[in-house]
Amino acid sequence: MERQPTGPAAAPALVGEAERVSKSFGETAALVDVTLNVQAGEVHGLVGRNGAGKSTLVSLLTGLSRPDRGTIRLAGEPAPALADRVAWLARVACVYQRSMVVPPLTVAENVFLNRPTGGGGAIVDWRRMRAEARELMLEWGFDVDVDHEAGTLTVEQRQIVEIARALSIGARFLILDEPTAALEKAAVERLFERVRRMREGGVGVLYISHHLEEIYEICDRVSVLRDGEQVLSGRVADVPQAQLVAAMVGSAPPRRATQIEAATDRGQAGDVRLEVRSLVVASRAGSVDDVSLSVRAGECLGLVGLDGSGTATVADAIVGMVKPRSGGITVNGSAARAGRVDAAWRRGVGYVPQDRHARGFSPQLGVAENLTLGVLDRVARRFGLVSASARDAIARRQVEQLQIVARSLDQPVSSLSGGNQQKVVVGRALAPDPSVLVAINPTVGVDVASKEALLDALGRARDQGVAVLLVSDDFEDLRICTRLVVMVRGKVAAEFDRPPWDRQRLIAAVEGLEVAV
Amino acid sequence: MAERAVERKATPAAPRRDMRLVVVKWFRELTLVPVIVVLMIAGAVVNPVFFTPSNLINVAEGGAALGMVVVAESLILLTGKFDISLQGTFGLAALLGAWLIAPKASEGLGTEWSPWIGLLIVLLVGLAVGTFNGLLVIKANFNAFIFTLAMSILLTGLQLGWLGGQTVYNLPEAYIYIGAESWFGIPVSVWITVVTFVVAALFLRYHRIGRAMYAIGGNLEAARSAGIQVDRIRIGVFMAASVLAAIGGLMQAGRVTAVTAGQGSNLIFGVFAAAVIGGISLEGGRGRMVGALTGVILLSLVTNILTLSNISSTWIDAVDGGIILIALGLAKLIGTESA
Repeated sequence: MERQPTGPAAAPALVGEAERVSKSFGETAALVDVTLNVQAGEVHGLVGRNGAGKSTLVSLLTGLSRPDRGTIRLAGEPAPALADRVAWLARVACVYQRSMVVPPLTVAENVFLNRPTGGGGAIVDWRRMRAEARELMLEWGFDVDVDHEAGTLTVEQRQIVEIARALSIGARFLILDEPTAALEKAAVERLFERVRRMREGGVGVLYISHHLEEIYEICDRVSVLRDGEQVLSGRVADVPQAQLVAAMVGSAPPRRATQIEAATDRGQAGDVRLEVRSLVVASRAGSVDDVSLSVRAGECLGLVGLDGSGTATVADAIVGMVKPRSGGITVNGSAARAGRVDAAWRRGVGYVPQDRHARGFSPQLGVAENLTLGVLDRVARRFGLVSASARDAIARRQVEQLQIVARSLDQPVSSLSGGNQQKVVVGRALAPDPSVLVAINPTVGVDVASKEALLDALGRARDQGVAVLLVSDDFEDLRICTRLVVMVRGKVAAEFDRPPWDRQRLIAAVEGLEVAV
Repeated sequence: MAERAVERKATPAAPRRDMRLVVVKWFRELTLVPVIVVLMIAGAVVNPVFFTPSNLINVAEGGAALGMVVVAESLILLTGKFDISLQGTFGLAALLGAWLIAPKASEGLGTEWSPWIGLLIVLLVGLAVGTFNGLLVIKANFNAFIFTLAMSILLTGLQLGWLGGQTVYNLPEAYIYIGAESWFGIPVSVWITVVTFVVAALFLRYHRIGRAMYAIGGNLEAARSAGIQVDRIRIGVFMAASVLAAIGGLMQAGRVTAVTAGQGSNLIFGVFAAAVIGGISLEGGRGRMVGALTGVILLSLVTNILTLSNISSTWIDAVDGGIILIALGLAKLIGTESA
């Protein structure tokens, strides 16, 4: 495996290039005039905050959508027609965060998915398939048993299977979309080893990551997208970290220039209401490794981190949605019962789950019923019969507080707008007058007005003495926080004690860069 | 017009009940009523006997035992699971009770215990099977379909094997009372089933656990994250359902004053059909008891009319299945069948 000769005179072979591509979705311009190329034998880093246009660029480069303007070229040739999936797969492959292996099939079958190796026929030649898969693994130095069932593989091994599939089809342009998000430290090192090996073998890699230190470790060049525009591109060695972060953050509108508007002096915080000690949780959604924190009455602690950093898992463990492996959780002075959500609610913990559709509401039930799901014991009278007037009284209070727009208290929540659905979920958590409120991304995917109403309601709860734990990756949510804890890869990476927060330092901490405190 | 209504903010003065929603819901529940009317006219045309009081009582009595199991299955369906073995419980519970109280001469064990103990045993068998199913399907997370199917085969097999295919007869009066006696000219079983439907409907509408059941069936994770004890409630529903099925079996036994080895066989298909035609969603969380009741009435009418008609008895099953399919299609068209 010799590195292909690229003399200074010879133009480097390009495995993939986007030339002045633009793409809009309705009114929103997702990409504007972006030019980016990946050479054979190169790792090209692509960074940008959520919504910067990375996914759109990937979908253009992998043929999932067509640019409005500009051209895509693969392996030096114009991109095939969108419908010709086979041609695309032979030139480019993207390994997404979400695994695309078929669990019940073996590794070999997954590698040769939909490509029976029986000499052109439809009959599967098992022996040959296994042999070819084994050979492929050997060639690239991958260490996975090809007879293994894919469902039992680790995240790292599944990734290998997907990479092997792409390479076996012949693709020499590989897009890795946040490949380290779910990997441990040692696995990350092994991944880098494999990436270097592929680079040696002439593969061009587009490496997307939130973790900037990885860019410096593995990439040759880096490009930064911000609001759909390419704001920086160059050799990694020539781009200092500060410049990279500055390019990602940009100069924000004046209202939140460098500082995030935050709750000013909150006065004296009260007693410790929620305490988490040395929490360890194993979870697909992001494991937690030895996290301790506490929240006092009248305080709003912002728990900030990327998707998969373990912030949401901490919150889920507190309310009992997941069972911790070890560590202690204390609510109002008494130990929480692991894995018992009902016990948490009885102790006065309100919960706004991460995904409103999956966990937030019962779609066919009305607004009032959903708002009072957590307080059925309070609205029930003799023999457990629900008093409609008691229920509606509680519901109406939340409808007013959160400005929920609904035809009536009976309107099914499924027919409300996203913002109003989310208000119902938050109202459900506030209805019992909790002493501790745990909220995960409470304003995700809602309109500006709803966002204001939701944050105001949470801020009011804090002012009334509720201990609020706010998990969020949206910096605008942090304006109601009085203190911040940043998590990276399951561990507490930084703490910010006093508002206002420095936007730049906060981003650097969230992205996993060292911060001088 | 609707747009404007949505725009309006819900103020404290906003109407508490949305009459339009209420009307739509009731309309959905009662869509089978016209079908039932058509069937009754057809019944009258097929055979003048149809509209005699004794035949109509016969229809009701036939539907009573089925109705108990439909209530049971509907409760489980609403919480997002189902139980095929209710038909096994329907047969085995009644059989065990009867076996322990009937004299040896009529295929009993010969212990000839008091019929009251027999009744208690019927309920206990229901409770035991329900607890077992509930624990294994909910706690041990067995697939409800395959697990309760296996249970159904097991229970029916026990029922057949126990007596070597014989029928237990000559049962004491207290044991067959609810299946054989009448109050004010209407069979006790019909009274009980109607009351069960009403109580179940009110429970689902007004009791906190009833409301929690809808929440669980609509979105299990949402219910769990709201602090509802989802496992406890779902297991409880399995238990209650099996007890109801056992009582249904007792009605059937009383009606024919015997327990056959085949009691309950193939009952479950009619049960599912009645529930689904009546608007109980197989996905959980949707449907009401009123609808399920109309489903039971419809199926009982079909069975009765087919019996009264001149259709050869060997063809009755085929026609029965065809009519169920047509009813399902109608329900789909009108929108009651939301599964």
